[in-house]
Amino acid sequence: MAENVKPRVRVPRSASAGEVFEIKTLISHIMESGQRKDSDGNTIPRSIINHFSCDFNGENVIQATLEGAISTNPYFQFEAVIQESGTFTFTWNDDDGSVYTDSKDITVG
Amino acid sequence: MIITRRDTLVMGAGAAVATLLPLQAFADATEDATMEFAAGGAISDGGIELTAPEIAENGNTVPISVSAPGAVSILVLASGNPNPRVIEFNFGPLAGSQSASTRCRLAGTQDVFALAKMADGSVKRTSATVKVTIGGCGG
Repeated sequence: MAENVKPRVRVPRSASAGEVFEIKTLISHIMESGQRKDSDGNTIPRSIINHFSCDFNGENVIQATLEGAISTNPYFQFEAVIQESGTFTFTWNDDDGSVYTDSKDITVG
Repeated sequence: MIITRRDTLVMGAGAAVATLLPLQAFADATEDATMEFAAGGAISDGGIELTAPEIAENGNTVPISVSAPGAVSILVLASGNPNPRVIEFNFGPLAGSQSASTRCRLAGTQDVFALAKMADGSVKRTSATVKVTIGGCGG
């Protein structure tokens, strides 16, 4: 498991139904691309987050398939639109099988 | 070892081929990834926006954003990277817009392509040239 993996998510506390709002996510991860070599000339094996998904009350907002070309500490910014209060869940899947999650509640009023 | 005029010519030609080959391989990989994503759909230019800096000082974190109204998924390809695939976004029913931003690594100055797959299976394509001062592949 990669060390010090910490997800951070920014979601507004409240929104009105049908309003388009922005979500930002950042997760600390080394994202070793598998292209670099160590001082002995050996290739450093790939170790990245390969999939990200954001869901709201079980319905999907966005999914992303990441490759080695995504920078250290993968950052995403996207937009969502919802009709009722609920919870956003964010999931990151690591190459080593680890799953990192975060969730944020939002009120529609 | 005696190097004749003929040897020199052969070596020169060999060196030229060796320099050209990787470039060719990269272009093919980009083309392959494009075809795989399009899956037989017609590819046309326009209808998708790719925002990338003209000059990126650091190839390790190049901010890019893509936007294609009506798209089901968007694929970003970096033609000059060892592996051209950068990221693929799939938009769900709750996506507020078919747009997203992230940060990517670019090995050097190159063309970055964005492809959007529409609901009817057609594919929109656009590209942007990014000049990279320091490459982002650890080399």
